[in-house]
Amino acid sequence: MVQITSAMSIAKMVGSNRVVLGNGIIHVTGDAKLAPEEEKDLRRKLVQKALDALSDK
Amino acid sequence: MRVVHYLNQFFGGIGAEEQAGVGLEVRDGAVGPSKLLEQLLGPEAQVVMTLVCGDNYAVEHEEELVTSVLEKVRGASVDLFVAGPCFEAGRYGMAAGALCVAVQSQLDIPVMTGMSEENPGVDLYRDALYIVDSGTNAVRMRDVLVKMANLGRKLVNKNAIGLPAEEGYLRRGLLRDQVVEQTAARRLIDMLVAKVKGQPFESEMLSTSFEPVAMPSGVKDLSKAKVMLITDGGLVPKGNPDKIHGTAATRWGSYSIEGRDDLRGEEYEISHGGYDARFVQEDPDRLVPLDAMREMEKRGVIGKLHDEFISTSGRANPLSNTRRLGREMAEKAKREGVDAVILTST
Repeated sequence: MVQITSAMSIAKMVGSNRVVLGNGIIHVTGDAKLAPEEEKDLRRKLVQKALDALSDK
Repeated sequence: MRVVHYLNQFFGGIGAEEQAGVGLEVRDGAVGPSKLLEQLLGPEAQVVMTLVCGDNYAVEHEEELVTSVLEKVRGASVDLFVAGPCFEAGRYGMAAGALCVAVQSQLDIPVMTGMSEENPGVDLYRDALYIVDSGTNAVRMRDVLVKMANLGRKLVNKNAIGLPAEEGYLRRGLLRDQVVEQTAARRLIDMLVAKVKGQPFESEMLSTSFEPVAMPSGVKDLSKAKVMLITDGGLVPKGNPDKIHGTAATRWGSYSIEGRDDLRGEEYEISHGGYDARFVQEDPDRLVPLDAMREMEKRGVIGKLHDEFISTSGRANPLSNTRRLGREMAEKAKREGVDAVILTST
């Protein structure tokens, strides 16, 4: 399991061992300030990073 | 006082590890450590039945074991159910904890067990049970049973139970009111002064400890893996069909995303009182990244995206509860052949 979260300190405290830093508590895998296509690109990158963490890349 | 005692195959005298597969056996009266327990509980106490089961059987057939034990205990008009002490035997501790919780909650009979702090059963059951601190060494059997007998008598007689250190049980995390001489400010300053002077002091707050979780090895071939999305951000279908509470949720839900490429705000709501959910409401992919994951699936980066995502609310929730939720989710993932999970947390 990989966790995407913006509360990194909590993830570390509870011993989560694959963690990707999300883009804010209010939109972990998004960004309301970006244009839709840019936002989706950000999400692709976050998800790719999470998948990399899962496969120990 | 009528007592039923649960022992594993070792303490029950069946045999060591090679006998760990034996199923539940019922002995009339006391066996092995039960005899000592009976004696320590006093002349009015009688161990009417000793239940013995192999550690492997107990863990692999927990449900059947719980059902049979409930049946035996129900028919025996019992005043106290005791399991162990289990010392650091993990499987024994898990079984003892599960049985005590079942007897306590379903039959309303006082229960008690004993384990060492490191026993995995403690982590799971310490909130729900009186677990006497047995230490790791079975040589201390007599000392442990003395403590268990004292506590057991109090439980049966409904006497007040003292603090963990007084009674010898492991801290349960219960809060109770107490009248003290000094105000909080005074006590705090006294502790601070003691700390500065290097003198001993006892904090009134204990921070929760988290046992390290071993990291599973990575997924070998993502392009063949089934990946599931889970969130603790409280995204649920409109109307919140499973009635998942936004605070201290006791349930989780599983919702179909089969055939969908994108989550639409008008079909979902957020049951979570801990963050400003407007942005996720506008576009739920900001919490459950379905659109990006569906692309990964189409491009063959992952084998398959699981047809359902799981959701609950991770706000202000006691650990005993969240551990159960996590276990249940893990069981579902395992049952449905999921190879990896992406958990998004607010």
